[in-house]
Amino acid sequence: MAGGVGVDLENLWIRFGDFVAVRDANVNINGGDFFSFLGPSGCGKTTILRAISGFLQPSEGRVLIGGNDMAGIGPNKRPTALIFQNLALFPLMKIWENITFSMEVKGASSAERRKRADELLEMIALEGQGDKLPSELSGGQKQRVAIARALCAEPDVLLLDEPLSALDLKLRQHMRTELREIQQRVGITFIYITHDQGEALTMSDNVAVMRAGVIEQIGTGHDVYDLPATPFVASFVGENNVFRGRILEVNGTEALIRTNRSGDLLAQITPAARGVLKPGDEAMMFIRPEALSLVDDAGAHEKTSLTAKVVNEEFEGNSYSVFLEGDGGKRIKMSLPNVGQDRIASKGEDLTLKYELRNAVVMPAGELAAE
Amino acid sequence: MRSNILLSRIALGLYLVIFFTYLLGPLVIMSMTAFNSNPFPTIIPWDCFSFEWFQVLANDERILRAILNSVIIGLGTVVLSVAMGLAASLILTQIWPRWRSTYYTIIIAPILIPGVVLGISTVVFWDRLSRILGPATDGLFHNGIFLTILGQSTFIASYTMLVFVARLQRYDPGLTEAALDLGATHVQAFRKILLPFMRPAIASAAVLAFLASFENYNTTTFTFGRYPTLTIELAQKVRYGINPSISALAFIIVSLTVFGALATEAWRRGRIKAEAERNGEAVAQGRSILPGFLRGNWAAGALVLFSFVVITLFWTARVYSPDQCKAEVRAAKQAEAAKRREELLRRRAQQRMQQQMKGPDIFTPSGKPAPAEGASTGKPAGGKVPFGSVFDPGNLEGQSGTGAAPDQGSNAAPAAKPSPFGSVFDPGNLANQAGAGADGESGEAPSEKADENGGEKPAPPFGSVFDPGNLKGVGGGAGEGN
Ligand SMILES: Nc1ncnc2c1ncn2[C@@H]1O[C@H](COP(=O)(O)OP(=O)(O)OP(=O)(O)O)[C@@H](O)[C@H]1O
Ligand SMILES: [Mg+2]
Repeated sequence: MAGGVGVDLENLWIRFGDFVAVRDANVNINGGDFFSFLGPSGCGKTTILRAISGFLQPSEGRVLIGGNDMAGIGPNKRPTALIFQNLALFPLMKIWENITFSMEVKGASSAERRKRADELLEMIALEGQGDKLPSELSGGQKQRVAIARALCAEPDVLLLDEPLSALDLKLRQHMRTELREIQQRVGITFIYITHDQGEALTMSDNVAVMRAGVIEQIGTGHDVYDLPATPFVASFVGENNVFRGRILEVNGTEALIRTNRSGDLLAQITPAARGVLKPGDEAMMFIRPEALSLVDDAGAHEKTSLTAKVVNEEFEGNSYSVFLEGDGGKRIKMSLPNVGQDRIASKGEDLTLKYELRNAVVMPAGELAAE
Repeated sequence: MRSNILLSRIALGLYLVIFFTYLLGPLVIMSMTAFNSNPFPTIIPWDCFSFEWFQVLANDERILRAILNSVIIGLGTVVLSVAMGLAASLILTQIWPRWRSTYYTIIIAPILIPGVVLGISTVVFWDRLSRILGPATDGLFHNGIFLTILGQSTFIASYTMLVFVARLQRYDPGLTEAALDLGATHVQAFRKILLPFMRPAIASAAVLAFLASFENYNTTTFTFGRYPTLTIELAQKVRYGINPSISALAFIIVSLTVFGALATEAWRRGRIKAEAERNGEAVAQGRSILPGFLRGNWAAGALVLFSFVVITLFWTARVYSPDQCKAEVRAAKQAEAAKRREELLRRRAQQRMQQQMKGPDIFTPSGKPAPAEGASTGKPAGGKVPFGSVFDPGNLEGQSGTGAAPDQGSNAAPAAKPSPFGSVFDPGNLANQAGAGADGESGEAPSEKADENGGEKPAPPFGSVFDPGNLKGVGGGAGEGN
C-alpha cells in the first residue's frame, strides 16, 4: 500500500473575492492512505478538493501531488479523479460509456472499452447492466458507477466529495465498507470528504477536521475522537458533555478545573494544549457520554465524580441514554450499554457519576460546533 | 352544487369551442376553399369539389421560385442563427455575473427592434460596407439572399439564444468538469458532453428559426432584392387579386404542419412508452399502474389517420373529375336564375329601348349595364355566381354575349378565373351561349384564350363546354363579344 502517490498542501489559501474559503492549510497525505476531510457544511471541504483536482487555482500556497507542484496544470492533466458530490454521471451515455469515458477521450477502441467496462462492472457488482442509462439505476448503483468511472481513469489519487450523502442509512453503511475494500484492493490514495463523522472515523487512516476554512486537527480517528485539539473538534466529532470553567492547577499532563456548575474536576490536558494551559485560564473540559458510569461504591475519587439529578431516560436498543441536570442546571448526558437492565434510574433521583481520568480532556475555551 | 359544476363545465366547453374556432376556424375555412371550384376563395357558395387550384399552384412559376428562395433563405438563417444563438448563450453562462444582465439586454434587443428597422439597417449597412470595400454594386453585399439571411438572423438569433439559454439552465456544469477530470480536452468535453445535451434545443431552435424566417415579411421586404420569398410573392399577388391557389398553398402548409406535429408527438410518445416498458422490466409493478390509454399512442393513430386522409385526397385527385358536379351546380344555379328571369327581361327590354337604333352589333354598347354589373360583382368580390344565372340561355338569346364577353375579358386578364366559364357555359342549358365557347375554339374567343393562359386551369371547366353535342353553332354571342 505504501508506494501510492502522496498529496501535500503547503500554506494553501483560497479566496473568493474577500471571502477566505481556505485559510493556510498544511496537510501531508501519505501515498495509499485513506484520508478524510471532515467538517460542517460550507467549511471549505469541496474547495480544497477542487484545488487538488485542478478546478481552482490556489490564491496562495502550493498543491503537490507525488512531490510535483501542480501549479498551472489543468484538471485533465492531473493524476487525480474526482467523484463529484452529485456524481455527475453523463445522463445521455450508457453506463458502460460512462465508465470508460476516460478511455474514449484517449481514443480507445469500442471493443477495448467494452472489455474494460465489463471488468469494472463486475467489480462493482453490476454485471450485465452496462447498457442502461444512469437514470435507470438506483442511487447506490449510480454511486458505484461513479466510482468505477473514476477508477477506470487509473488515477493515482481518487478524490471523493461526499459520495454517500444522498444514500439512506443502510446503503451508506454498506457502501462505506465497500469503499474501504476497494481502496485496499487498488491501493491508491483516497481523499474523502464528508460531514458525517461516523463515516470519517470508520474509513479513514487519517482525518482532518475543518471549521470555516481552517483545519483544526489532523490525526487518526482515535486521536480526533479521544484527544480533540479544540472545543470545536471535541463537540463536532461525536457527542460530548462540555464543562466550562477555569484552570485551578496544572500537574504535568493533568489539570484541575474549577467548573462553573459541577465543582472541581480532574482532566488530562489535550496534547495540543500542553504547556499552553496555565492556572487561571478559561478552559473547557469534555467527557463523552459513554465515559460516564454510575458509582457503585462510595470509594469514588471525588475529583473524578459528580452528582446530578435524572431528568429523562431514553431506551435506544443497544444502550440507554440518561439525561441529567447537574448543579445549576448543567445538562449532562450519560450513555450506558443495555445489558438487560429494566431501567437505570427514576426521574428526580440523584445519581453520582464517575469517569476515568484518561477519558476527560481539557483545553483552552473556544467555540463549539453548532448543535 | 351539482348544477353549478355542470354549468361551469358547459361554460368551459363553450369557451373552448369559441377559442378553438377563433384559433383554427380561419385555417379550416381557408383550407376548404382550396377545394372549391369557385374562383374566389370562398366556401359559400360551394360550387364543386375540385383540385384545380392545386394544379394552378403547381404551374405558378413565381410561387414555386419564391418557395425555393424561402427555403434557401430559411436554411441559411437556420445555420447562421443557430450558431450565433448557441455561441451567445454559452457566453452568457461564462460571462462575469456582473455583466450578465447588460449582455443579456444587448443580445435580446433585436427582438424589440421593429423588423422594418432591422431590414433597412441591414441594407444600409452592407451597402455602405460594399462601398467602402470597393465600387462593386452588384456583389455579394447586394445579393438578396445574402442580405435577407443576415437581416433575419439578427433577430432570429436572439430567439434561438432564448431556447438555448432555457436548456443551458438545466445543464450541470459539473458534467463538463467531470469530463475534464477524466482527461478530456475542452473541445472533447464540448463535443461529447455539452453538444449532445443541447441537441434537442438545437433541433427546436432550428425549427423555430426556419419558421420565423419562412414567415418573415417586415425585414425581408427591404432585403430581398431579386429573390422574393414566398411571403413577399404572396403579398404582391394579393395586390392583383386573390384566387384559391393560395388556399391550396395554405392547405399544403397546414397539412405539413399538422403532419409534422403529429409525427413528433407520436415519436415522443413512442419513446416515453418504450422507456416505460424498459422501466417496467426493472420495476414490474410499475407497469400495471399505468392507465390503459397511455399504452396506446393516440398521436401515432392520428398520424396514420391523417396520412390516410391526405393520401386518399390526392389519390382522389388523380381519378376524380368534378365535371359532373359542375354540370349539376350549373343546373341548380339556372333553376335559381329562372326566378330572376322576369326582372332581367325587364331590364334587357329597357336597354334594348335605349339602343334600338343599332342592329345586333349594338350588343356591345348595349351591354353596358351588364358589364357594369359584372365589374362590380365579378371582379374581386367573387360574385361570379350571379352571372351564372344572368346568362341563363333561355332568356338571353344573343344578348348574353354582351354581358359575357366584356366580363370575361376583364376577369381573365388579371387573375385567371376559369371556373366561371365552366358554369356559365354549361353545355346542357346554354345552347346558344355555348357557342361563345365554341367560337373560342375556332379562334374567335380570345377572352377565353387569355383565360386559359392566365388561369392555368384549362381542362375541366372547358371540357364540358366544348362538348360538340351542345354546340349548335349559335355562337354569335361570343363573336359579338369580341
Ligand atoms: N465559486 C465560489 N464563489 C464564492 N464563494 C464560494 C465559491 N465556492 C464556494 N464558495 C464559498 O466557500 C465556502 C466553502 O464552500 P465549499 O463548497 O468548499 O463547502 P463544503 O465544505 O464543501 O460544504 P458542503 O458540505 O455543504 O458541500 C462556502 O462558504 C461557499 O459559499
Ligand atoms: Mg461540498
